[in-house]
Amino acid sequence: MALYSNVIRDRFRKPRFRGAIERPDMSAEDVNPLCGDRVRIQGRLADGRVTEARWSGDCCAISAASADLLLEMMEGQPASRAGELTTANLLERLDSDIRPSRMKCVALPLTVLRAALESEATR
Amino acid sequence: MNMGEKTRRDFPILSRIVNGHPLVFLDSAASSQKPTQVIEAVQHYYQTSHANVHRALHTLGEEATERYEAARDAVRAFIGAPSREEIVFTRGTTEGINLVAQAIGRTLQPGDEIVVTEMEHHSNLIPWQMVCRDRGAIIRAIPVVGEGYLDLDAFARLLSPRTRVVAVAHVSNVLGTINPIARIAEPAHGAGALVVVDGAQAVPHLPVDVTALGADFYAFSGHKMLGPTGVGVLYGRREILAGLEPAWGGGEMIKEVWIDHAQWNDLPWRFEPGTPPIAGAVGLQAAIEYLGKLGMSQVTAHEQALTAATMDALAPIPGVTLYGPRNPEMKGAVVAFNVEGLHPHDGAALLDQRGIAVRAGHHCAQPLMKRLGIVGTLRASFSVYNTAEDIRRLAEAVAALRGEL
Repeated sequence: MALYSNVIRDRFRKPRFRGAIERPDMSAEDVNPLCGDRVRIQGRLADGRVTEARWSGDCCAISAASADLLLEMMEGQPASRAGELTTANLLERLDSDIRPSRMKCVALPLTVLRAALESEATR
Repeated sequence: MNMGEKTRRDFPILSRIVNGHPLVFLDSAASSQKPTQVIEAVQHYYQTSHANVHRALHTLGEEATERYEAARDAVRAFIGAPSREEIVFTRGTTEGINLVAQAIGRTLQPGDEIVVTEMEHHSNLIPWQMVCRDRGAIIRAIPVVGEGYLDLDAFARLLSPRTRVVAVAHVSNVLGTINPIARIAEPAHGAGALVVVDGAQAVPHLPVDVTALGADFYAFSGHKMLGPTGVGVLYGRREILAGLEPAWGGGEMIKEVWIDHAQWNDLPWRFEPGTPPIAGAVGLQAAIEYLGKLGMSQVTAHEQALTAATMDALAPIPGVTLYGPRNPEMKGAVVAFNVEGLHPHDGAALLDQRGIAVRAGHHCAQPLMKRLGIVGTLRASFSVYNTAEDIRRLAEAVAALRGEL
């Protein structure tokens, strides 16, 4: 397996879900302690489903691809789906030889998404 | 650059193949590799003389004590300290600075001020933040200006009768800037402040004379200067050390103990509770002897040539930004850079695929990254064993980076 798969290169160059949402129902941001990178996720919900979500942040190709794939996997799904998804699901989609030192880059968007959904729940 | 070709064969690890390529090791500022002379000194010590030091009444204990204390004398001579009482062995630079910060911290009053710089490694910032928080003291920072120099005019304005400590890196681990310690120490002392120097990136690369610099404390690590991990040195000026309470307690740092009080040991053992890094000190002495044979002025000249060659090779590559002084004579053995559109971690991972080891990220200097407005950088750093070929391979790989992602 390549260090950076075609999936990662493609998502890094042409992210589908990068951006911001005005007046989001949910929003959260967190930092990767390895590098200080920030990822922010914002979204809208209706009837307990994620109808729209976008990510932003200055981050590495792995975090960028992970965030983009995650939001693709969540679109239209019940919010509870975020609790079921694991880094293993993301790794499968990323299709790359991710080293242990970069696992936090894969996991960060999932942590941020869950925090965002929690922010919505406590609104 | 003959030094690199000549010394390379003393470093067995440099013959490794990494990801199918001969290793190019450009991460010595994080931790240097070790020559056979150091590895064998540590091994020989463990195979022939190891026992705990001090208070031992048997032959091995005496031999170990002799080796350990001989290492202290070697360190003293290497950094120009007036006396062996001023050389405290630690686990590394971070522990040395924490020791000073804790010991001085106890004497801080609310409103006292600690002056740091915007380019400090977290190891010369967080220990001061912690004692300031505990004592109600205040942190001030000397700004970084231009290509990466300290603003000494601003520093002069920061000094006040409340300034207790000026804590500054001798060489920045990111920008490479060699800070003018003597020019900082003079006004600091004039204001009644102590000068604490983080020498982690200086001692492996420059001739260092703590007396000429005017440092009250000077901390550095063994593992960045060809020595083992787990050993470091804190130099402390005798008059100051003698007036400080020990930061930590334990065995060996006492003369006599009662159930509710104790009398402290003499310098420097007062500041060395517990079993010290004996093998580490033995290995550090071997490293000092190795560097001594090369000659520190020659080491500096060799590494400055590598630094200059790296900046010359990287600067013309499209998308490359260099950080820090462009004059190699003002700079330690480190070149930080970025490639447009590429996260430093991705850059480092791609270089690793070509067998090239560089550091990437914030380099434990987040306030400096914020000052520069970046998340991090790539960083190539050099030691005695690097060669012109290493730089050629780096530049070739960096030029190809943008097409790889």
